[in-house]
Amino acid sequence: MCGIVGIYLKNEDLRPELGGLLAAMLVEMSDRGPDSAGIALYRDPVPDSSCKLTLHTADHYEWDDLRTEMAAHLGAAVKLDVHASHAVVIASADVTSVQDWLRTERPELRIMSAGSAIEIYKEKGLPREFVKQFKLHELNGSHALGHTRMATESAVTTEHSHPFSTGMDLCLVHNGSLSNHNRLRRTLRDEGVDIQTDNDSEVAAGYLMWRLREGDTLEAALDRALRDLDGFYTFAIGTKDGFAVLRDPIACKPAVMAETDDWVAMSSEFRAIAQLPGADAATIWEPRPATVYTWGH
Amino acid sequence: MTVFDLNTDSVRNLNQQLHESPAASTAITNPCGRHCIACGIDADVDVSIDGHVGYYCAGMNKQANVTITGNAGPGVAENIMSGSVRIEGNASQYAGASGHGGTLIIHGDASARCGISMKGVDIVVAGDVGHMAAFMAQKGRLVVCGDAGDSLGDSLYEAYLYVRGKAGALGADCVEKEMTADHVRDLAQLLESAGIDADAGAFRRYGSARKLYNFNVDHADDY
Repeated sequence: MCGIVGIYLKNEDLRPELGGLLAAMLVEMSDRGPDSAGIALYRDPVPDSSCKLTLHTADHYEWDDLRTEMAAHLGAAVKLDVHASHAVVIASADVTSVQDWLRTERPELRIMSAGSAIEIYKEKGLPREFVKQFKLHELNGSHALGHTRMATESAVTTEHSHPFSTGMDLCLVHNGSLSNHNRLRRTLRDEGVDIQTDNDSEVAAGYLMWRLREGDTLEAALDRALRDLDGFYTFAIGTKDGFAVLRDPIACKPAVMAETDDWVAMSSEFRAIAQLPGADAATIWEPRPATVYTWGH
Repeated sequence: MTVFDLNTDSVRNLNQQLHESPAASTAITNPCGRHCIACGIDADVDVSIDGHVGYYCAGMNKQANVTITGNAGPGVAENIMSGSVRIEGNASQYAGASGHGGTLIIHGDASARCGISMKGVDIVVAGDVGHMAAFMAQKGRLVVCGDAGDSLGDSLYEAYLYVRGKAGALGADCVEKEMTADHVRDLAQLLESAGIDADAGAFRRYGSARKLYNFNVDHADDY
């Protein structure tokens, strides 16, 4: 069992409150996932000539040294903000060169996300601890996904937590379990997709990364996922402009969606959505099985 | 009337009161999707819940008449024994699962597995039902005024299924059956008592072909 939450703000005046709204939803989903929590947040997109990455290390780290060294090697302006065990790097450089430099020079760092707007934070422990640790109430943004994990398929570590990056400005959270992830992981590795853990959800993220790299649209990739992924799932996929939702054809894993003039939200359960302003008057529905839903501007 | 505000009082206190000293009428406010609201009542009382409820609302209900003004989460009225549960909005998956008796009325839609393993409950849905409705149903009546999803009545025993709209692909051993005058009369009574305005003559009836009841020796080589 896991909990998923997602919120997309239609009313821009609410953007300063995004982190607080997300925190309330996330904490409400603690019973569904007390092992770890994570979020993907979309805000302040950087210009095309720059890129934004979220980095993670479990150990104490000299982030300032990293910033200075990266700036010198890449000949770029580098801005770095530390959030607990994570740091967000904004560099006036091509994303590939930044990723290549990090993989070669700083292999101890994990790249959690890359793109222009996405930031991913995740950590072991109770959602309410996570909310405090990452000061969620101070975070703004246009939309966000969150996940609370109750591990069933693999270990409880930060690396095994959700969201998983699926490419530039894309990420995936999952409630359920996949049964063909071992075979699929081998296939994806043969295709050159970098999968780092034995987690089944990371395979789903890798699968989407592969299909998008092969030229599929997100909708086409999700349609194909219905055929290739065997198991139970409610997925929420964060995109630069919004989010998408997909449930498997059996649809055992719960999902509910709601919309008001101010926001669109999804969650594993209504009680998370009930935390949002105006939830009582929202239009509420359950996403149908094997149907792709997308929101964005 | 007793009023229970779930923003200031707990579901545990509410259920305890409903079990030990139920008022003739209880109004519950701010359900906010909480789980197990008004579960396990065994008294002839009225309970109204103003808003949306989460998992397993009104489970194991006996005698009581429970009304939910909003939507219900998964497993509403699970194992209902008698009395009634009325949902003015939509119901999530496995509504009325394994219900033995009483009536479950859903004014909106019900999603997957509505009435799974029902054992005598009557379920009336004014809207649509999702896939695998009445899976392994043994007894009782499922009435769908809208459409039914795929695999309706899969592995059905002896329940009566009535659908006014389109039925998707029928489940294993589920077949359309003749709608006799007796069935129309029986259905009309059920619709009336449920307070759902629909013409009983416009429904089609589905039931078990009874081919799965016994081992078929001609299929021995298939196993």
